[in-house]
Amino acid sequence: MNIQKVALIIFIFLVGVFAFKKMSGSSSNVSKETENQEIVIKGSDTEVQLVSNLAEAFSKENSGLAISVTGGGSSVGIAAVLNGEVPLANSSRALKSEEIQQFAERGIDYKTVVVARDGLSIIVNKDNPLSQLSLGQIGQIYRGEIKDWSEISTYSGKISLYGRQSTSGTYGFFRDVAVKADYVSTMKNMEGNQAILDGVISDKLAIGYVGVGYVVGEGGQSRNDIKVISIAGENGNEAISPLDEVAVRSGKYPLFRPIYQFVSYEPEEGSALRNFLKFEVSQAGQALVKSAGFYAITPEDEVTNAWLN
Amino acid sequence: MLGLIKINSRNKAFIIDKLMKYFLMLVASLTVLILVLIFFFLLLTGSQAFSKLSFVEFIVNPNWNPTSFSQPSYGIFSLMLGTLLVSGIALTICLPLGLVIAIYLSEIATRKQREIIKPLVEMIACIPSVVIGVLGLVFVAPAVARVFSLSNGLNALTAGLLVAIAALPSLASLAEDALFNVNWRLREASLALGATDWLTIVRVVLPAAKSGLMATIMLSLGRIIGETMIVLMVAGNSRAIPNSIFSAVSPMTSTIAVDVKEVVSGSLHYQSLFAIGLVLFVITFVLNLLADFFAHHEK
Repeated sequence: MNIQKVALIIFIFLVGVFAFKKMSGSSSNVSKETENQEIVIKGSDTEVQLVSNLAEAFSKENSGLAISVTGGGSSVGIAAVLNGEVPLANSSRALKSEEIQQFAERGIDYKTVVVARDGLSIIVNKDNPLSQLSLGQIGQIYRGEIKDWSEISTYSGKISLYGRQSTSGTYGFFRDVAVKADYVSTMKNMEGNQAILDGVISDKLAIGYVGVGYVVGEGGQSRNDIKVISIAGENGNEAISPLDEVAVRSGKYPLFRPIYQFVSYEPEEGSALRNFLKFEVSQAGQALVKSAGFYAITPEDEVTNAWLN
Repeated sequence: MLGLIKINSRNKAFIIDKLMKYFLMLVASLTVLILVLIFFFLLLTGSQAFSKLSFVEFIVNPNWNPTSFSQPSYGIFSLMLGTLLVSGIALTICLPLGLVIAIYLSEIATRKQREIIKPLVEMIACIPSVVIGVLGLVFVAPAVARVFSLSNGLNALTAGLLVAIAALPSLASLAEDALFNVNWRLREASLALGATDWLTIVRVVLPAAKSGLMATIMLSLGRIIGETMIVLMVAGNSRAIPNSIFSAVSPMTSTIAVDVKEVVSGSLHYQSLFAIGLVLFVITFVLNLLADFFAHHEK
């Protein structure tokens, strides 16, 4: 019986070691098979609804094609492309230099598509009298240098900060453009745009940031259960609302940003994936982008997308 | 002829018996195998993090920010405090409650009451923790905010309250078993000496069930510390060092759940998440060992 016991323990140990070797040895292969019948897209939470709408419209014209879109955050999508899990990532931020390096190390020759434009919106509770902030003040608030509403308005109370989780592209974009340092650690890291919106609606001392698609209510106006803050850029420019299309598109809004997709390889001409990407940037696709509350792409973005033609 | 068949069938039965024995042994050892595999995977991946990070730094640095703007930092001190705070609150709430339920069921309730109430209490365990989380987000968090006049209710107290609800049925049920298993002669002796029911419970039954109750606490604490979904939804996920029970916290479990989605396998961030997992595993493993120790600890 004793020998049996010892043998069993050794057996378990060996299986454990082998299984681990096997797991750590498996390399990432970029799968291209999914291209024929199914397109799997993963990434930005800001983009989930938008890309789902586009996918739905595209599948209607192409029966037999299944497109699945899931969120999790831009970093999740980019990591999934890097790990070879999906061919296409949604991302609301540009690639970081270390990610570009990781793509190179793994021999993935990725392609970039700009699907839409977003005016990232700063929102506060509807009881807050504040209507505009400068980009500098927003940075100070999120760095924890301005702690109380009384420092910048007639309102008072400790500012309750809402932000996204580190997996989010919006988290990265906002940090790089507005905060320009690490977020103060008291910020609440929320699951998605909707969670921030819900928090700001119920929290009188809240401030948060969400994609412009989330603040548009009926008829292109701002939702009435929150307040959208107009933002002044540097040099004392006039404050601009993210809902002011003309001003935003002219580039005066400091949080105007491209909404990306990264493909792990260049899909062949005529393939379902390439056709889908072409559809997204076509006029029909851009009309859907606008109806989802986002802005259409700019001539600059069309240059980025030129490889599709 | 007849004898041959008899021997054959007996042989066959003997072989089947033997085979069944080995088959059951194999299946049972699978559980052990899974445990060993998980431990190896955690240990090997987690320990890789410590080739680049110092273990002490990992434990005492309060700053968890692997995707920092400037300087990535891997310290789990504030995350551990978050876990400690939520678990402490949860245990403080559910231990007295669970004990009261257990005393009532074991000592006071009639057989019929016990047969009805015990399954009902255990039924709370059937509620998925994500459902408790949603109810917490919609009802408990706003209520906590109102009662304590806070601007929002996403904090350690709300998380602790909800985790206590999730842990209550198993705690009450285990504690009831511990009390019920106390020898009935002890109670009879105590009552025969003229002690009241109350005195018997406090001075005789509870001390006699001490080891079983300690085991119950350890097992429940393991359950509480491992809870992920509820804290992820209502604890507020802020990585600052908590300074009161109204601070938003980010316990170790929810930090892993959030970060694991973005990590590139093989990176330091990935390895350090497994290192957190290893810390959690060691904590719950020690709690289980303690529970085992108390359960078999006879005076």
